[in-house]
Parts: sequence; C-alpha cells; structure tokens
Amino acid sequence: MLFNFAQRRKYYFLLSALVIVPGIIAMIISTATYNSPVRLSIDFTGGTIAEFSFVENVGEQQLRDTLAGFGLDNDIIVQRLDPISTDEISSETDIEPAGSRWQIRMENLSDERLNELKAYLQEQASPFWSPESVEDDPLRSAAITTSSISPTVGHEVTRAALLATLAVAVIILFFIVWAFRRIPHAFRYGACAIAAMFHDILVTMGIMSILGLLFDWEADALFLTAILTVVGYSVQDSIVVFDRIRENIPKYRGETYETVVNRSVLETIHRSLATQLNAVFVLIAILLFGGETIRQFIGILLIGMISGTYSSIFNAVPLLISWEKGEIPFVNRDAKQHRQEELTAAS
Amino acid sequence: MRGYRLWLVVIVLVTVVCGWISLPSNPGIHLDWNDDGDYNDPFEMNKDLKVVQGLDLQGGSRVLLRAALNSDQYDDSTMDQAVKRIERRVNGLGVSEAVVQKQEGGRIIVELPGVSQQEVAFDAIKSTGLLEFVDFSTAGTIPEGTCVLTTEQVKIAEARLSEGETPQAYSDYTCEGQTSDAPADPAQLQADGTPFQTAMTGAGLADAAAANIGTVTTSWAVNFVLRDNGEGVDDFVNFVATHANQSMAIILDGRLVSAPTIQSDLASAAAAGTMDSGIITGDFTRDEAEVLAAQLKYGSLPIPLDIIAFDTIGPTLGEISVDRSIRAGIVGIITVLLFMLIYYRIPGIAAALALILFALINFALFKFIPVTLSLPAIIGFLISIGTAVDGNILIFERMKEELRNGRTMDRAIDAGFDRAWTSIRDSNFSTIIICFILYFFGSAFGASAVRGFAITLGMGLVINLFTAVIATRTFMHTLVLLVGTQLRARPRLLGV
Repeated sequence: MLFNFAQRRKYYFLLSALVIVPGIIAMIISTATYNSPVRLSIDFTGGTIAEFSFVENVGEQQLRDTLAGFGLDNDIIVQRLDPISTDEISSETDIEPAGSRWQIRMENLSDERLNELKAYLQEQASPFWSPESVEDDPLRSAAITTSSISPTVGHEVTRAALLATLAVAVIILFFIVWAFRRIPHAFRYGACAIAAMFHDILVTMGIMSILGLLFDWEADALFLTAILTVVGYSVQDSIVVFDRIRENIPKYRGETYETVVNRSVLETIHRSLATQLNAVFVLIAILLFGGETIRQFIGILLIGMISGTYSSIFNAVPLLISWEKGEIPFVNRDAKQHRQEELTAAS
Repeated sequence: MRGYRLWLVVIVLVTVVCGWISLPSNPGIHLDWNDDGDYNDPFEMNKDLKVVQGLDLQGGSRVLLRAALNSDQYDDSTMDQAVKRIERRVNGLGVSEAVVQKQEGGRIIVELPGVSQQEVAFDAIKSTGLLEFVDFSTAGTIPEGTCVLTTEQVKIAEARLSEGETPQAYSDYTCEGQTSDAPADPAQLQADGTPFQTAMTGAGLADAAAANIGTVTTSWAVNFVLRDNGEGVDDFVNFVATHANQSMAIILDGRLVSAPTIQSDLASAAAAGTMDSGIITGDFTRDEAEVLAAQLKYGSLPIPLDIIAFDTIGPTLGEISVDRSIRAGIVGIITVLLFMLIYYRIPGIAAALALILFALINFALFKFIPVTLSLPAIIGFLISIGTAVDGNILIFERMKEELRNGRTMDRAIDAGFDRAWTSIRDSNFSTIIICFILYFFGSAFGASAVRGFAITLGMGLVINLFTAVIATRTFMHTLVLLVGTQLRARPRLLGV
C-alpha cells in the first residue's frame, strides 16, 4: 500500500496555522504601532535626501560603514555622484576627485539629527585625512544639501497591487476551472489553488511583519515584487500537482478519490522537491554571495517559495479531499450528509 | 527521427543568430543600402544592440527641476500632477524605470537610467513644457514653429525677475536664444507690440486623443476633454464663446504648434455653457494628429518647470551590491546545471544544453527589443530559468517512470515529453496570464519595477515552451543517436 499522505491533513493545516497566526498577530501589532501591517521603507514613506561632498575620494563600503556607525544601517540608498564637470566649475574651486560626491537617501531626519550627522561625518572622516589637506574640512560644508522627498511608491501603487492580486485570483480561478473542465468539480481545483495562494501571501506578509518588529526589516518596492512572484510561483506549483490528479482520475476509476489524490501527490513529489531544490540553490547563492541591499528581498522570496511548495502539496491537495468529504464548514454539506448515509447503510 | 534533424538545424541557426547578437562587441544592425544616411527606406534598419541597464544597476542621469513660479502661485496638488505627467512622459518616450520624486521647495528629481548625455535627458523632459491656448484673432498667417510671446510667458518671466534672477535665466521659457524683452522676430508679438493673450494653459486639459472624422480615412482631428473645474477653464470657455470663426493658437514652450479656427458650433456650445470638450480639425494626417494629441496630453504640465541641475549618478543598489549579485546569480545557475547533470546524467546534458540555449535566446532578445535590465527584471529572468528547469524535471521524472514501467528507451523518452506537456502548458500558461496582469498593473500605475519583472518573466516562459520541450527533445534524440547502445546497456546513465 502506498504511504497515506492525505490522512494526516489536520497536522498540515495546524502547521500552516502555527506560522500564519503569529504573523497575523504581528501584523495587528505593527498596524497599531506603525500604522501599517509591515514596516514601510522610504520607497513608501518618502524620506530625506542629502548630498555630501568630501575633499578626497571615499569608497562606498567605507561610507556605508560610517553611516552604520551613526545608526543608519538598513534602508538607506547610497549613490555616487559624478564630480561636477569642469566647465561648470568656477576658477576658485578645485576639481573634485571621483567618488567624493555622494547622495544618500534615508528615513526622515529632523534638522537636529541632520546636524548631528554632519558633525559625525566630520569627526569620523578626520583621522583618515592626509596632513596636506587638513587645512580644509574633510567634508565640504558648503556643498552639503539636504531636502525631504516624496515616496517613489505611493498608496496608489499599493492599492493597485492589491487589485492586481485580486484580478489574478479571479482570472486564474476561471482558467483552472476551464483547464479542468473534463473532471468533476473543476471549480474546487481553482478555489483550492487560490486558497493556497492566499496562504502564501499571508505567510510571507506575516513573516515580514514579524521580522519588521524584531529586526526592523522594512518593505520596499522590491517587497511588492517578491509578493507578486510568490503569487505566480504558488499557482504554478498547485497546477502541476492538480495536473497529475486530472490525469489519474480516469486512469484509476476503481479507487476512491482520496487514494487517487494520494497517488498523484506521491508521483509528483520527486518533481516538487527537485524543482524546489533548484530554486533554493539560486536564491541561497544570491543570499550568501550577493550584495547586502537585496538580501531582505531574497530572504522574503525564499520564504515565499518554500511556502508555495508546501501549500500546494500540504494545503491545496488536502483541502480538495476535505471538500470531497464535506469536512469544510459551510461548504458542500450534502457531501457530508451523503457520507453519513453511506456509513449508516454500511453498518 | 527526420523531424528532429530539421529541428536540430533550426536550433543551430537560432544559436548562431542569438550568439551573434549576444556578442559584447556586436556592432548593431545598420543597413543603409543606398548610402544616403537615411534609414527610413524599406528594408533598411538602424539599430544598436546594447544591453540597457536600469538605474539600479548602472546609474544614469539625474535632472533637477524647479517650479518657475513663486511658491504662492501653485500648491502641492499641482506639483503631484506635474510629477505624474513627467513620469508618464518619460515612460512614454521609452525611458523605462525612470524615478520621479517630488522634493520640498517646488523641486522635482527625475532619474533616467542609461541616459548619459545631457541633451538626451533634457529633451526627454523639456517636451513636458508649457502648453498654452492663445487668442490668435489678431494674428495673420504665422507658420508653425514660429516663436510667439504670450502673457503667460511674461508672467513667468516677471515672477522670476522678482526672485532676483537675471533676464537671461528665463530665456528658456520663451523661445530658445531669445529673451522676452528683446523679440527678434516680429511674429512673436501682436501688431501693437504686446504679447498674445493666453486663454488657458495645459493645466485645464484632462485628456486628448487623435480621432478619425468623416468618411474619408485620411481625415484626422484631435479631440480634447476639459478638466472639471480646471484652472482657467472658465476663461477658456468664455474665450471660445466670443471668438467664433477666429484663430486660436496652440503654443508649446513658446513655439507655435498649430493654429486652428474656432468652429461656430463649438462657440455656440460654449456660449450655452455645454462645452466640456472640443475638437481641433485641420488638414491633419494620422501621424500629425497623434503627435498633437500626445503633446496636448503629456506635453502639458500644470506648472512650468526649470531645469536647474544635471548630474550623473551611480547605481541605486551600490556598485558593490550589483557586482556581487550578478556574480551570485551566475554561481546559482552553475549550481543548477551541476545538479541537473548529476541527478539526471545523460538527460541532464540535454537539459543543460537547452538551458544554455534558453539563456542565450533570452539575452539576445534583451538586447534586441531592448529590455531595460534592472534588478527586478533580472530576478524575473532567474525565476523563468527556474521554470525552464522545472519543465525538464517534469519530463525526466515522467521518463524515469515510464522506464520503470518497462517501456523501451525510445518510447519512454517520447512518452515522457508527451505526458509532461499538459502540465508544462497549463502551469506556464497560468504564469503568463499573471505576467500580463502585472504588466498592465505596472504600466497603469507607474510601478515600472513590476513591469520589468513581468516582461522578463513572461518572455522567459514563452521561450521556455520552445527550449524545454522542443530543444531538450531534439538534444535527447541526438544523444540517443550518438550513445544509444551504451544507454540501453546501462540505464543508470538515464538517472534511473
């Protein structure tokens, strides 16, 4: 006899709940504290933009480290500006070396905090300055400009992302119902794939929210991309498993629905694991060797993909069986009644 | 088997073409058969083949704009409108993944990826200049492109002068190289030497579109819709009502774009208070009508803006981050290739070859279309690699299943491909649908990062339908042809 995968479905739902419920609690706490279910970066909130000009060349890592010492470690964007071209420079100014002008985007800083930052940069930079140039400030005070900026990703975009996700849900539902039209209850396959998709969104958002509360992780425009990727991956994974059920139903007419589904999952699990492993290889490589600015993005993507694989096997499929057996509250009651009658007839 | 020989030829051809396009030193396609320097003739083409990198990967240029009015002459919502219009305009010009941000003090930052020349950047933004509808009843016939001085331009110039600027600084806002106080061309002014009266600026327009009118297909016009309670709309309606059969000029950045006549029925509609839209007729071709509509729609900014600075900037993610991430992506792909080779042996070779072909076709298309490669776009590509590998895994797992069920090798290979197909088709198709939704969502709401992601992922999925199925199958059959006897003797080589 095959390993009975479907029997333990209550535990799978329990495991999902163990991840999702703390996530939802975190989102509630986060909404109460920060007015948003996940902490938002300057992409969503806007912030302060500052330009610093140093007398000598400064490296990106050196500048990042210094700023981290001031407490600006995550969620800042550091960009090199080219030196002002020679034809714009009046005769009394020296030509600046490359890498001496930097633009920094960060969270909203008060004026006092900005002055502290300037002082801190002066102080930190001084010891590294060669004696010849000490006559000047290491930081060209005159060239410092600061200003607050609007977000690049607004409320409108966030709302549109929500709408896009709902549109995906509806259209994919129709697509699956159409693709599975030859087997009974095609609608259930669509509904279960969508349920698994929302599971993955909840897991990803929830974990992001927890990480936001614990480690100050902040959602930026890339987070939006990560969520949408997870949506695509989740649906695709569910369809591959469902495809095998679609094929096996007419092939094993004598078997119960549960056995056919069970068989289908076991037959596709090799593929699921191999595919998952490949995706994880790429993501872990980027996580380990990639730049630090996209580490959070890859981390979230990794969580979403693992959740996507889990949910198609351990949520979408067991949900199908539960639905068939009438175990889902408020849904398909006559199936439950039907089963009851069968049981009474059998006894 | 013959069918696969044909596919093999196709694959080799595709590889050669894509390989040539992918060459870093590719000179581009410049076909100018008659050497006239004009590439617009049929069968001629002028195309650079370069990788366009997004602002986050390579940086680009940053242009700083500032409102050319005093701070009491505009408010926050007009600035927001200006930001949105600039965004649409630069996206419409093919500069993708531009960043447009509002700064305090009436300033706007525009970042243009891949644009390194100042003139290109300025041109992209300058066409978002000042649009005016001007009372032209006193003008004679003035050719298009002529400099015209208007009351609105004088207003701007005076506002700037009051801020202590020198007269030279506002010359940009009239016509290039001419200051408002020294008109060189008499057509600039009315006969009595005063500027033309501005009836309304572009701020009063909600929309504009080219339309085909009448029964003749060559007769085109431009429809425009006025903004509800928009600035200056009432004055404009009054103007139209009282100037039937007279000329009105459309002026963009001080230059005459078009000077249509106000039709009497439009004037009576305006007088009756029922005018909320209008139509500009003229001897337009379709192209001319579309250009004018685009100028009305995008070229109109609610407030005039000055370009005050131009800078080249480094990547948003930082140079270190970009280098490392790209290297990491390569490490990841190599790991995947090794996994396929070790886990699936001989079929793994076919998969690895198909994957290399997949990457090559993608890269060639990125250069050919061209696609702006930003981080989300690259991630979209990496995910599509995942799907390509997934297609092969689905096929090979099927193949192994069939072999275990006692099929002969050749039949197992064919059965593997045939039976995995529905799965590959449906799962890829669902993701392609998602890409369409994401693309639409990205274009409609200016989330260009999402759009880049959708483009590369969607492209990858479509190419994948070719490489994962046809190319892998062809490679498999070729390998069987080459080492078939050894394979039959040792099924371990098939990963069973």
